[in-house]
Amino acid sequence: MNKHDPWEPLKQFTAARIAMGRAGSSIPVSNLLQFNVAHAHARDAVYSVLDREVLVEGLEQSGLPLLQVHSQARNRQEYLQRPDLGRLLDERSLEILNQHAGTPCDVSLVVADGLSARAVNAHAVAVLEVLTAMLQAAGHTLAPVCLATQARVALADPLAHALHARLSIILIGERPGLSAADSLGAYITYAPRPGLTDESRNCISNIRPQGLPYQPAAHRIFYLVQEALRRGLSGVGLKDNSLNQDSLEP
Amino acid sequence: MAYRHTIDQKTYQFADLKELLARATPLRSGDALAGLAATSYEERVAAQMALAELPLKTFLQEAVVPYEEDEITRLIIDSHNTAAFSSVSHLTVGDWRDWLLADEVDGTVLSNLKWGITPEMAAAVSKLMRNQDLIAVAKKCEVVTRFRNTIGLRGRFSTRLQPNHPTDDAKGIAASIIDGLLYGSGDAVIGINPAGDSPAHVLHLLQLLDSLREQFSIPTQSCVLCHLTTTLELIRSHAPVDLCFQSVGGTAQTNRSFGISLSLLDEAWDATGSLRRGTVGDNRMYFETGQGSALSANAHGGVDQQTCEARAYAVARKYEPLLVNTVVGFIGPEYLYDGKQIIRAALEDHFCGKLLGLPMGVDICYTNHAEADQDDMDNLLTLLGVAGCNFIMGIPGSDDIMLNYQSTSFHDALYIRKLLGLRPAPEFEQWLLAQGIADGTGKLVHTAAVNRLMHHID
Repeated sequence: MNKHDPWEPLKQFTAARIAMGRAGSSIPVSNLLQFNVAHAHARDAVYSVLDREVLVEGLEQSGLPLLQVHSQARNRQEYLQRPDLGRLLDERSLEILNQHAGTPCDVSLVVADGLSARAVNAHAVAVLEVLTAMLQAAGHTLAPVCLATQARVALADPLAHALHARLSIILIGERPGLSAADSLGAYITYAPRPGLTDESRNCISNIRPQGLPYQPAAHRIFYLVQEALRRGLSGVGLKDNSLNQDSLEP
Repeated sequence: MAYRHTIDQKTYQFADLKELLARATPLRSGDALAGLAATSYEERVAAQMALAELPLKTFLQEAVVPYEEDEITRLIIDSHNTAAFSSVSHLTVGDWRDWLLADEVDGTVLSNLKWGITPEMAAAVSKLMRNQDLIAVAKKCEVVTRFRNTIGLRGRFSTRLQPNHPTDDAKGIAASIIDGLLYGSGDAVIGINPAGDSPAHVLHLLQLLDSLREQFSIPTQSCVLCHLTTTLELIRSHAPVDLCFQSVGGTAQTNRSFGISLSLLDEAWDATGSLRRGTVGDNRMYFETGQGSALSANAHGGVDQQTCEARAYAVARKYEPLLVNTVVGFIGPEYLYDGKQIIRAALEDHFCGKLLGLPMGVDICYTNHAEADQDDMDNLLTLLGVAGCNFIMGIPGSDDIMLNYQSTSFHDALYIRKLLGLRPAPEFEQWLLAQGIADGTGKLVHTAAVNRLMHHID
C-alpha cells in the first residue's frame, strides 16, 4: 500500500527527513512514530528536573563548596512564559549568596537547568571536572559552584556579581531540538553584573558526546576564559571560532 | 484621550488608544509579559465593548506611536486614501465588523477599500472577531502576485520549499530541494535560510539555486534569506537575485534593531527591480514578520503585539511584495504560549494582511518549549486552507534541521490540496505535469523526472 521513494540514496547527503515515502499522500506510520518519539524526547527534556543527588555528589568531588539557588520563576509554566523572572534571583538565594560572598575571586561557576535539565544531568559533572582542573592549574580563584533551578542564562549576572567574581561561566540546558534533547550550552561573561545583554557574552553550544565532546568543550571554554581575563572583555569584541547559536539560548 | 466602559456599575478606564487596544486583545503570553494585557476576563470584554463604540475616524486622529517619532506612523497616515475610506468612514469599529461580514461586501469591495484603512483599524476590528469571522472575511479577499509564476489565485495553494541544512552543505540542500520538487513543492519560492550571512557564502547558495532552476526550467523563483544589505551588495556584483528578502517589524525602532529603515528598503526595492528577472510579473520582495518581534527588540512602546504586527504590514505593502510570511510560532511560548494562542495569532495575521491587500502566507510552526504539537499545526493548516491562505512552508518531514523548529511538511501541503481541491500555481502545475511528477489531477506519479532530478546531485 505504501509508496517508497526511489530517491532514498539521497539520504546520504542530509539528516533532513527526506524520501520518507507516503501512504496516500501522507507520512507512513513508521516515519510518523519516529518523529513522535523525537518530539517526545524534546518535550520530556523541557519538563525534566535536575537530579540533585547525582549532581551534588559529582560536583563535591571537585572539592568546591556548593550552593543551591533558585530564580523568581516559581514553576516551569511560569518559567516558560516569564523569561524575565528566570533572570532574577529569589530573595532566599540572594541571602545565601551574600552569606558566602568572600573576597573577590576570578571565576564563578553556575550549573543551571535552563530548557533541558536532562542535558545538565547527563553532561555537566563531566565538563566541570575537566574545566575546574584547568582553571585551578592556571591559578584562578573560584567562587562556590552554584546549582540553579528555573534559570535563564542571565541569572549568572546577579549571581556572579554577588559573589564578587571577575567572570562567570554558566553551563545550561539548551532548547531541545528533534535531533538532540540533551545539548548543554556554556556562556562566558566578563565583569558580570545585573542588566547585561547577550552581546556581552560568548557562547559554546551543542556540548554532548555526539556533538561537541567534553574535552574539546572544556578546552574552548578555558580558552575564552583566558582571553576574556587577559583582555578584560567578553562578547562581540572577543572573537571565537565556535558556533554562535543564539536562537537556542534558554 | 481616555476611554471608559462600565459593566454592572464597575467602570473600566483606558488611558489612551493603545491601552484600549492592548486590553481588548484576546489573551496571549507576550502581552502579559509586556504588562499590557487585561488583568481579568471582564476587563478584556469591557475594552472590547469600548472599542466597538469607537468611530473608525479616531484612528486618523490618534496615533498609537507618535507621528513625529516614527516613520511607519508617517507612512500610514501619509498614504491613507480618504476617498477609499469614505465607504466606511461613518462606521464604528463594531459596526465595521458587521459590515465586513455582510453578503454584499465581496472581494471587489474589500480590494477597493484597502488603501482607505490603516493597520490599526484592521487590528482593532480583529479584536472583536471570532476565529470564524477572521476566516470568513479573509476568504473574500483574493490577492494575486507574479514573478515567474502566478500566486494567490482562487483555488490555488502554494508552498515555499525550505531546504535548510545546518552547514549549508550544497549536496545536503540539493537533496532536500529534489525531495520537495518531487513532492510538488516550491511554487511560491525555493528559499534557503543560510547558516552563514557572508556575501561569498550567500552567492554560492544563489548560484546553486539558479543553476538547478535553469537546468530544469522550473517556473518558480529562488531566494536566500540573508540581510538585505547583503543582498544589495550581491546585486551590485550581478549575482542571480530573484527576490529580495527582509524581516520587517511594525515600529521604526524594531526595524532599527533589524538594521533597516524605509530608505534602505526603497534602495533594495529599486536595486532588485533593476535586475528585471521576473517573467510574468514584477513583485520582487519577500517579507517575513511575526507577532512578538517588537517586544523582543524592546521596541513596542506600549503597543500590543498584534497591533505592532499589523503595522508591519504597512511597511510590507509599500513594496508590492510577492510573498509575506508571518512566522507565527517560531518566537517561543513567552509570546504565544500554546496551540490556542498560535492558531488565533495566525488567523489574525492572515486576516489583517489580506484586508490590507497583502499576499499572506503563514509559517505554521512551533518550538519544542511551546505547548503545541503536530495536531495543533494540522488544525491551523486546515483552517488556513479554508481561509484562502496563499502559501505555507514545505520542509522535509516538518523538521527544520538548521533552525531547530517544526513547520509544515511536503506531505502536509499535499494533504490540504487534496482535502480542499486546491492546486499549485498554474505555471508550476504545468511543469509538474510535463516532468512526470504529477498527473492532471495533482496526484503524484513519479515517472521520468525522478532519475533526471536524482542525477543532478552527482
